[in-house]
Amino acid sequence: MPNYTLKINGKKITVNVDEDTPLLWVLRDELLMKGTKFGCGIAQCGACTVHVNNSAVRSCSLPISSISDESITTIEGLSENGTHPVQLAWKEIDVPQCGYCQAGQIMTASAFLKEKPLPTNDEIREAMHGNICRCASYNRIEKAVKLAAKNS
Amino acid sequence: MPLIIESKKQLNWPQKTHKLLTKKFTMSQNKSLSLSRRNFLKTSLLAGGGMLIGFNLLSACKPEAILPIDISNLNFNDFNAFIKISDEGYVTIFSPNPEIGQGVKTSMPMIIAEELDVAWEKVSVAQGFYDPKNYQRQVAGGSQSIRFGWDALRQTGATAKQMLVNAAAIQWGVEPNTCFASQGIITNATGDTLGYGEVVKVAANLEVPENINLKDPKDFKIIGHDITNVDIQKIITGDPLFGIDYSSEGMVYASVLRPPAFGNKLASFDDQITKSINGVTEVIKFGDKIAVLGSNTWAVMKGKKALVALWENDTKLESTDDHNFELIKILNGNKFETNREDGNVESAFKVADKIIERTYESPFLPHNCMEPMNFYANVTDKKVHLVGPIQTPAWTSGKIAKILNRKPEEIHLEMTRMGGGFGRRLYGDFAEEAAQISNIIKKPIQVIFSREDDMAAGTYRPAIKYRIKAAIKEGKLTAYHLKEAAINGNMYGLIANFFPAGCVPNYRVSTANYKSNITTGAWRAPFTNFLAFAEQSFFSEIATELDKDHPQLIIDLLQNVKGTTDERIQYSPERMEETINLVIKKSNWGKTPEGIYQGFSAYYSHNTHVAEVADVELKNGMPVVKKVTVAVDCGIVVNPLGAKNQVEGGVIDGIGHAMYGDLSFEKGIPQSVNFDKYRLIRMEETPEVKTYFVENNLSPTGLGEPGLPPAGGAVANAIYKATGNRLLKQPFINQLEISKSKLLG
Repeated sequence: MPNYTLKINGKKITVNVDEDTPLLWVLRDELLMKGTKFGCGIAQCGACTVHVNNSAVRSCSLPISSISDESITTIEGLSENGTHPVQLAWKEIDVPQCGYCQAGQIMTASAFLKEKPLPTNDEIREAMHGNICRCASYNRIEKAVKLAAKNS
Repeated sequence: MPLIIESKKQLNWPQKTHKLLTKKFTMSQNKSLSLSRRNFLKTSLLAGGGMLIGFNLLSACKPEAILPIDISNLNFNDFNAFIKISDEGYVTIFSPNPEIGQGVKTSMPMIIAEELDVAWEKVSVAQGFYDPKNYQRQVAGGSQSIRFGWDALRQTGATAKQMLVNAAAIQWGVEPNTCFASQGIITNATGDTLGYGEVVKVAANLEVPENINLKDPKDFKIIGHDITNVDIQKIITGDPLFGIDYSSEGMVYASVLRPPAFGNKLASFDDQITKSINGVTEVIKFGDKIAVLGSNTWAVMKGKKALVALWENDTKLESTDDHNFELIKILNGNKFETNREDGNVESAFKVADKIIERTYESPFLPHNCMEPMNFYANVTDKKVHLVGPIQTPAWTSGKIAKILNRKPEEIHLEMTRMGGGFGRRLYGDFAEEAAQISNIIKKPIQVIFSREDDMAAGTYRPAIKYRIKAAIKEGKLTAYHLKEAAINGNMYGLIANFFPAGCVPNYRVSTANYKSNITTGAWRAPFTNFLAFAEQSFFSEIATELDKDHPQLIIDLLQNVKGTTDERIQYSPERMEETINLVIKKSNWGKTPEGIYQGFSAYYSHNTHVAEVADVELKNGMPVVKKVTVAVDCGIVVNPLGAKNQVEGGVIDGIGHAMYGDLSFEKGIPQSVNFDKYRLIRMEETPEVKTYFVENNLSPTGLGEPGLPPAGGAVANAIYKATGNRLLKQPFINQLEISKSKLLG
């Protein structure tokens, strides 16, 4: 099995895995970083969202061999202690119910706001459309994204 | 001068204090509740400092409960709920009920903290343990946690507070009734103060007082206030919390190949390719399943896909067309069980001016918890260690003990936070699989379902059809007959006594079912999740027929059951009427601008009354749900912030599944097994949900489920107003697309 050196949350980490292994399973099983969640395995639900060079990417469908020197950010590295404006907004609005999808929601929202700091309501709804919340905390996700935009 | 106390026997009780402590107080709240706290609460000093109060939450709910141990020897495992008060006055509450997202890990400790009277900032919450040796039930399901826990949790908090007050009184040498406690501080008549932490050593050795005064709800400082989810920090920073996040040294991952069709059994298999995959270490057969084991999830999932298995038919392979045929055959036949019958239904139909009859149809639904099913098991000669997300730890532990032929006390089950439940995690099949596999390979293992496994090996909401028939005479509803044809079981006991039971003089509910080999079970708001839609759509039709306003028709009917002596009636007509009036007011019912079409629905379930109004508009010929206004009577709202979250989620979940949820079968094989084909509601399809609570001081009832059942009906009735189409089948999307294509020619 080949070695891959990844830049994750600002640190260089080398792993030895099969080339087709999705980034999700490298994070979860090799590096025991359990914040990025498995939901569907086919890039349909967004639970596994991470940032690759600041863009939101579904890590369940990103083979490790396709990553070279891109910088990867996971929920664990989004901020020190959960102080990113999106995380703070999630807390203030009390978004989660079961909480399982929320890391992915936060990663999608934070990448989106970086690209579009002052979004309209429709743009928020469109940007968050790819992330499923089975508890349907959608009203609060929408509010939290708005609040984070206001506060950043 | 504080007394120095070594043990209970050396207590120097002031005479009057002793009398006071044994005097019977009248409880300020529920007088019918008579609990012997000695049977459910025990205190102990902690070796590391502080006081531990153990109580058995569930047995505390029953007056006859007796702890299964000698209470003089407090053992952490003998209680399922605890309050720890440190020497510094910090309070840790071990929440006993499994958290599936319904908020009980926050709301139940709030109730204890309220009566204990501590500042919420000084409280932390930890997940309680489950001990199969001593406990019968610890369940998250049926929206019952708060309802059953309310009195017991308040009594526990108040008892602990009284013990601390009594301890302070002893230290001061005064009577306890001259002292009061608030926000973790006890104050006496002369203004001296002691913190809870300063008296725990004394309090831990006191007798547990009987008959405690509970707070007047107007004095609540925590209950009724917005409290943020206690796990929020861990959730937003990605800390391991869920079952799927658990791992242990030497743990291997397991992916299981199960029969692809209901009715299949395993004939033979070839694992040659699987075994050649990097990371795959073992392949084992157990029953009709094959487990692929290895060092990472990806390897075992790939290994499972590479298995070549031959299946043979064990029982009939059923398709959705078969189910539709069988259920309609049942509805057309006369083999029914009667759940409730009032008056003379047959003769009322004979003399009716008009009869309305409709058939409502629903498909199977998978639960689709975002966290796929998973469980950890480590079976050794000494014990069976299980960790994972499960709503029924007792039942599952018992089943595993039986399967592995182990003693119940050898099973140690740890509950994790659950990435959704919706009923799926009531069934421990995934935990059983984990235990069976670990038992064979004698290693710690974690079974992980892929999404496809999760959707294809479900315990689905069964497909159900309702046929409702109403008789109208002289402008009045004179008879109502509801027939249910369901797969693998029927509505449970009390539902037949929900509305409109008692409101219509001639009333009958009859049920029948078709036995299928497809596994079915509870799904958020079992049976009522679809029945409420059928019923409230039907009442909308009756209202149109009678030229009446739908909510007014329901209010008029409710008058007939007021003052009833029929104890089977489950709902309160007064509370339902108030709830309906609140939603009418808050939704601007009947006063909306042009282009907005409103639909109404009201339903009582899980002890909570809910009324909803959906606002729909048309966009390119398709209805769009813009807003849902909800009125809820769930008694005292413990945590409004969490309660609103439950209602918002329940309503959108209800709309999503009514609109899109559809699982069909072809020769026993589920036809959609991932989110590319199975449609769940997403952000752009969600309405704004506005929730209003009926204000009262009645004991709280649950909220995990009751918001969901009325949603489908409210939307369907609004779509009728917008389009003139009556939606009789779920998912709505299929009918809407047909009518849209007709519309567009």
